[in-house]
Amino acid sequence: MAELKKTVLNETHHQAGARMVDFSGWEMPLNYGSQVDEHHQVREKAGMFDVSHMVVTDLFGTDSKSYLQRLLANDVARLKSPGKALYSCMLNEQGGVIDDLIIYWMGDDRYRIVTNAATRTVDLAWMQQQLSGLDAQLLEQPEVAMVAVQGPEAREAVLGWLSESSREIVELLERFFAVEVKEGFIARTGYTGEDGFEVMLDAADAVSFWQAMVATGVFPCGLGARDTLRLEAGMMLYGSDMDTDTTPLESALGWTLALEPGDRDFIGRGRLEQQKNEGVKRKLVGLLLEGKGVMRSHQKLLVGDREVGEITSGGFSPTLNRSIAIARIAADIVEGCEVEMRGRRIPVLIGRPLFVRDGKPVNI
Amino acid sequence: MSEIPADLKYSKSHEWVREEGGMITVGITDHAQELLGDIVFVELPEVGGEIDLDGECGVIESVKAASDLYAPMAGEIVEVNEALADSPESINETPYDAWVFRIKPTSSDALEQLLDAAAYTEVVEAE
Repeated sequence: MAELKKTVLNETHHQAGARMVDFSGWEMPLNYGSQVDEHHQVREKAGMFDVSHMVVTDLFGTDSKSYLQRLLANDVARLKSPGKALYSCMLNEQGGVIDDLIIYWMGDDRYRIVTNAATRTVDLAWMQQQLSGLDAQLLEQPEVAMVAVQGPEAREAVLGWLSESSREIVELLERFFAVEVKEGFIARTGYTGEDGFEVMLDAADAVSFWQAMVATGVFPCGLGARDTLRLEAGMMLYGSDMDTDTTPLESALGWTLALEPGDRDFIGRGRLEQQKNEGVKRKLVGLLLEGKGVMRSHQKLLVGDREVGEITSGGFSPTLNRSIAIARIAADIVEGCEVEMRGRRIPVLIGRPLFVRDGKPVNI
Repeated sequence: MSEIPADLKYSKSHEWVREEGGMITVGITDHAQELLGDIVFVELPEVGGEIDLDGECGVIESVKAASDLYAPMAGEIVEVNEALADSPESINETPYDAWVFRIKPTSSDALEQLLDAAAYTEVVEAE
């Protein structure tokens, strides 16, 4: 087996006693002790995650916008002010999801794209392939480290670290916007359902930033807490909740599709329109377990003798103190069903996939 | 390295066993709780049930996985730790205090079949 890749913060994690795991070829922290404690820290105060394994790619050139309007299922024309971020799926011709991503418009013909580590090779090859014949260039930024500082006290912590001149700018940053300051690229985005920043900075500055955050009381958090936080926030995980075999319409991501204007010919559009006309047969929903135990990925869902679907992400919600899940089920199932767990069937409630937002439970 | 008290007996499936006045108390080891991560739910066996050696008697669910509990000795389940329903995390915090169930063993020499601390240490190190 190839040696695991390491982020610039790897040694810092080891020194903090992190339990490290292999996450798609990267040695990353799973937790620093208790992932449930880490989860609560983010909901109640502030926590941070090393997400430097994610792929940061800059795009520039006069054809950048038209390139993205073909590449992405969401429409970058929706980005009206510089710094604004957009969540989008990148589809194949069959409407399957190659990856989901965040794209920031940095003004003029410059964009920054953040994609998943697990799909890096496929993504970059696909993105490169679509460039052909256009005046646009992709430049991966492997020297950029990324730390997500999240939670109700996260903004304050990061603002306190910035120089006065940068702070004046970043303070005004609205949600889902980013700005470049001398310390780095600061985005008010995240994957936890809490306010906070994703800070992209030169790898050489990452350790001192991390230590400065620790000194102000920001709690280091691992991938375990990151997963339960995003699950509670109803944020999809690529490879679990969607992949190349599912379209955004089957993944509760219809809101990320820009089908208007109708003449924007993005990749996968034909299949999505066809699926809309024929009727979407499966949907992604949120589940609450009505009993004890913990739902896990791939467990089957049943109504009577009929198998109606499968859990795509299951787990325990520390905020709700019960098991929650995201599942893909037949479109006609609206009320309850049962989950088969370890040979037993336990009832579940079905609702939209959103359980917690800004620290507060959301009624399913 | 996880804690392995010298005065307890152990099973290969990571239960610890304490003998007191003919009854045995069973929990999971420090090593086991570390592997499982945060424990969020414990399914206890039924009091009064007869259980075979290595029979399934409960489930421990953590944030990571569900893990069956096995009886380290044959006998009757005489008591379960109901407090675990409200505070399953006490197994993470104090694994050798947060016992799970008590058995009245069928045979008194069954204890000799279990591992001592030194033998269990070898099991853990071999993993």
